[in-house]
Amino acid sequence: MAVKSRPRQALAVATALGLALTAAACGGGDDNSSAGTGDCSTYDAYKHDGTEVSIYASIRDTEADLLEESWSEFSECTGITINYEGSGEFEAQLQVRVDGGNAPDIAFIPQPGLIKRFADSGKLKAVSADTKTQAEANYSADWLKYATVNGQLYGAPFGSNVKSFVWYSPKTFTEKGYKVPTTWDEMIALSDQIAGTGEKPWCAGIESGDATGWPATDWLEDVMLRTQTPEVYDQWVNHEIPFNDPKIAEALDRAGTILKNDKYVNGGYGDSKSISTTAFQEGGLPILEDKCTLHRQASFYANQWPEGTKVAEDGDVYAFYFPAIDAAGGKPVLGAGEFTVAFADRPEVQAVQTYLASGEHANTRAKLGNWVSANKKLDINNVQNPIDKLSVGILQDASTVFRFDGSDLMPASVGTGTFWKGMVDWINGGKDTAGTLKYIEDSWPK
Amino acid sequence: MNFDLADQADKFVMLLGGLIAFVVLVGGLLLVLDVIPTKLAERREARLAAAAEAGAPIPAGAARGREGWLAFGFLAPALLLLSIGLIFPAIRTTILSFMNGNSTEWVGFDNYTWMFGQPDIQNVLLNTLVWVLVVPALAATIGLLYAIMVDKARGEAVAKALIFLPMAISFVGASIIWKFVYAYRSGEQDQIGLLNQIVVWFGGEPKQWLLEEGFKLNTLLLIVIMIWIQAGFAMVILSAAIKAIPAEIVEAARIDGTNAWQMFWRITLPAIRPALIVVVVTITIATLKVFDIVRTMTNGNYDTSVIANEMYNQSFRYGETGHGSALAVFLFVLVIPIVIFQIRNIRKQRSEA
Repeated sequence: MAVKSRPRQALAVATALGLALTAAACGGGDDNSSAGTGDCSTYDAYKHDGTEVSIYASIRDTEADLLEESWSEFSECTGITINYEGSGEFEAQLQVRVDGGNAPDIAFIPQPGLIKRFADSGKLKAVSADTKTQAEANYSADWLKYATVNGQLYGAPFGSNVKSFVWYSPKTFTEKGYKVPTTWDEMIALSDQIAGTGEKPWCAGIESGDATGWPATDWLEDVMLRTQTPEVYDQWVNHEIPFNDPKIAEALDRAGTILKNDKYVNGGYGDSKSISTTAFQEGGLPILEDKCTLHRQASFYANQWPEGTKVAEDGDVYAFYFPAIDAAGGKPVLGAGEFTVAFADRPEVQAVQTYLASGEHANTRAKLGNWVSANKKLDINNVQNPIDKLSVGILQDASTVFRFDGSDLMPASVGTGTFWKGMVDWINGGKDTAGTLKYIEDSWPK
Repeated sequence: MNFDLADQADKFVMLLGGLIAFVVLVGGLLLVLDVIPTKLAERREARLAAAAEAGAPIPAGAARGREGWLAFGFLAPALLLLSIGLIFPAIRTTILSFMNGNSTEWVGFDNYTWMFGQPDIQNVLLNTLVWVLVVPALAATIGLLYAIMVDKARGEAVAKALIFLPMAISFVGASIIWKFVYAYRSGEQDQIGLLNQIVVWFGGEPKQWLLEEGFKLNTLLLIVIMIWIQAGFAMVILSAAIKAIPAEIVEAARIDGTNAWQMFWRITLPAIRPALIVVVVTITIATLKVFDIVRTMTNGNYDTSVIANEMYNQSFRYGETGHGSALAVFLFVLVIPIVIFQIRNIRKQRSEA
């Protein structure tokens, strides 16, 4: 669930980092901008003096400030004023704005399912030839597929995140002599070892306001990629096999061996039921108090650690790759990201869309910190923090079998509706595996 | 984050501009509303006086006709805004409820059969029914008992203020307060929720209240919040009605030797019946529309959803406009009989008076 992936509050780390970087950027800004003003020629192709482009997205606070900074030079050189607006109610409000004839020029949509809906209803403009060239040069066909509806490309991928991570504390691991597991069996053995000491090995939290349940869907998707082939995953997401197929039941049951095991969860919060009422932002925090050891959550969880927490391989917290069950099947990775789609096709809008798909923008943005993208031109040396470096490394690794967050690909009434709700009921014990999957299957739009 | 006042100057200028525009517009409107009728009245009186002097019959129709136009002139903006903001959307919603999710095809009554066919939505309807049955009844009863108990008691004003206070809090604010009341921490930790702390004091195990679906316990716990807010409203209206009962009637009853019980059933209750109906009807309509509480507390998870919440989710989050519209229309249909009942009641009272 990519939307919620953007941290809702500018939490300590992000803020501190952001401020520091902003300050740094300002400090070094003189030579930067003088170099920039001297070198506006890079942007010659995009020039549209005195025009305005509005952008609407779910990215807010510090990250929004960084975004605006990332295109400030572009804006100055080309004369295109970019009006950015971020909203916490992005999905619902975008629909309202589009219906009301007040659509933004560009939106960053994190759900391919939503892109399809807008494209099908004829509201979106297909990308210009320039954007298409840029997008095809910089992103893999896998990524472009998600923004392609009926053979038309509607947007370029933008920021991304990697979900297949397990957060842990390197300090605790050294103290207690635990080893970072590299296979599923090792991970379960480690969990049993920790549970044997009377401690709960895992933490989890799936409460997220009106999006409650999304972290649990990520669990199921991540496990699906490990128990099944990527092809089966695609069939599942596209509803070519029913939602309550035995293969999905098997994956959900496997996720249940961790999530519904009272010996394993929920460190610091209570029994396994407490997962559904624990805010996802707080889900992993007991790691810092040694109340649990492992927390499966995406790369963006880096922003949730309190101020002063060192996120690094030798720091207070870090993450390891959520191991595969059978290493022979490659390295399955679940991820998500947003796409830049346009509701208008004025030349300046197309220019901005093209620029956002370019390698220049990806690198400019990455230098400011807190940024991961699947852009092939992104130089990993420009990526700032260790967890982002790890994510970019995984995304650029050729052995990676990448799949997009399934719930974002499904129709909204399932992907952001019954799937979330069903998972909440499942965690809660309100419905068993079969009942949950049947409930979701029955709700699939005909 | 730093907040530089100077940077925001343009926003303040805009705010000031807005305020001035508001004052000019409203002031101007009030002026017009005040001046024109006065002027017209003056002219009519002058005309009447002139007519009386001349001994001619008074032309009744002419003045009234002009006033009718004037009245229409003043009503027109309101009517226009009403039709834009209320009537047109109502018609559109009704039309959309017969169309599919993205409003491209007609589907007949499919959305309505979906509504009554889905176990999920059936549960939503059942929850709404529980809300509508429990909230008005309890809120009105509590308000009434409280009004009678504090009536003429010492410290009446303070006692009334205490129960009226929750009315001043928004539904979302109230929900957040109650979220803390129901908050859960596992047994070995310190409780931060009031309810669980009480349970622990009595030696019980803390419970995750909002997850308890048995006997609709979690829905009932949400209902408590609504009652907490609405009881104050009921109390104020009913208290005013009780105070308005003519003293002679009460005195006559006393002389006739009624006890407190008879006094309540035979005198107080019949006398405040109109106020009681207003209270129950108002709270019923508010309850049917309840949205904020459910959305803030559980967002409809754990089988606690109600029609308004489901309608929002279907329309705006799931993109199933047809489903959402059907729910909206159903809600509208539920409210209509209550409104008709209320209008008939008011008419009856008027004709009696």
